[in-house]
Amino acid sequence: MDMELVIQLIFSFIFTACFGVIFNAPTKAIPYCGFVGAIGWIIYYVLIQFNVTEVQASFIGAFVVAIVAQIFARRFKMPMIIFNVSGIIPLVPGGIAYNTMRNIVELDYNMGIQNGMRAFMISGAIAMGLVFAEVIIQLMMRMFKTGRTSMQSFARAKRRQKQG
Amino acid sequence: MDKEQQYELALDCLLLAGQMMMESGAETYRVEDTMLRMARSQNIEDAQSYVTPTGIILSLGKRQVTKITSITTRITDLHKIAKVNNVSRKLSVQMITLEEAYDELRLIQKTNYFLPVHIQALAASIASSCFMVLFNGYWSDMPAAFVAGGIGFMVMLVIQEMTRVKFFSEFLAASVVGLLASLAVHFNLGTEMDKIIVGAVMPLVPGLLITNAVRDLMAGHFTAGIAKGAEAFLTAFAIGSGIAVIVAF
Repeated sequence: MDMELVIQLIFSFIFTACFGVIFNAPTKAIPYCGFVGAIGWIIYYVLIQFNVTEVQASFIGAFVVAIVAQIFARRFKMPMIIFNVSGIIPLVPGGIAYNTMRNIVELDYNMGIQNGMRAFMISGAIAMGLVFAEVIIQLMMRMFKTGRTSMQSFARAKRRQKQG
Repeated sequence: MDKEQQYELALDCLLLAGQMMMESGAETYRVEDTMLRMARSQNIEDAQSYVTPTGIILSLGKRQVTKITSITTRITDLHKIAKVNNVSRKLSVQMITLEEAYDELRLIQKTNYFLPVHIQALAASIASSCFMVLFNGYWSDMPAAFVAGGIGFMVMLVIQEMTRVKFFSEFLAASVVGLLASLAVHFNLGTEMDKIIVGAVMPLVPGLLITNAVRDLMAGHFTAGIAKGAEAFLTAFAIGSGIAVIVAF
């Protein structure tokens, strides 16, 4: 079990980093993309082992991916999408989307609809996880930095007054 | 430079930034946010934008005529997004002037930030073979997935360059992947054909597009969400039918 976890960790890291290359992430960000993906995947993997359904596991995985991506984005002053996009790649239902289409072109409509619903639910859960994490972080940031942001807005208003 | 020219430059600059971000696969709401933020830094408070995956409409209130730009290609190029974002950040805190920002954006537009093709293909190969481990495939299928994934990705890039029809290049790439996978199984170089195919088409499938589409829908950009969903559906259909052509024989 432990060995299995380490293997999964290493390979999900490589997997995500490779997608970072394909999506042309800035070179110095690629290892961090891999890191984000590995964390998200490990959480998904462990949850699946504990019999959590794939939709819920995807939601939690994406949630954690977005939080880690947000931290990296602030640290490196890069847009969050760089870390998000590669980070969720191990979670996105590419294989299921492919299976759906294959079922449908092979005229197996029942399996096609079933797989299609699965892909839709999982991608919906991932998107929900990303959006929720983003909103919660924004709320928290606003709470922590109330003083600073109001100072900034005050300074900006003053600067504008001067110009106008 | 008088006010009139200043606003015209601002309009061009904002549209160029928005167009490049959209072409590189940024989220719709972020494109809007970036453009409006840049407008605000130039003291244009009443700017309005309407962003869809196929075009951007931008108006700076009564100062200037409204301008439209159309977006014909959509790829994922995170480096470009980071560069444009950097320019907009610098402009917002008044570190650079509007003219400098426009020059920088023009330079970014002309530069190709992609890594060499063989490195991308190698990354696609490695990703395809890693998929075997993550999704309980056999380790012995890894070489087959490695070859099929790399060649499939190469085929897609080359055909895309030649024809500019995304559907066709994806269809052909998926067919090549299907062919290689069935050959590998036929000659006992692989065991599970399905797993090899899924692994090798992973660099092609629109998993990201689906997720982005749902995300745009949640952010209230219904036009963009539906359009991206349609694109994802078309890509999945191209890949599925490309494989089915081979598997049927």
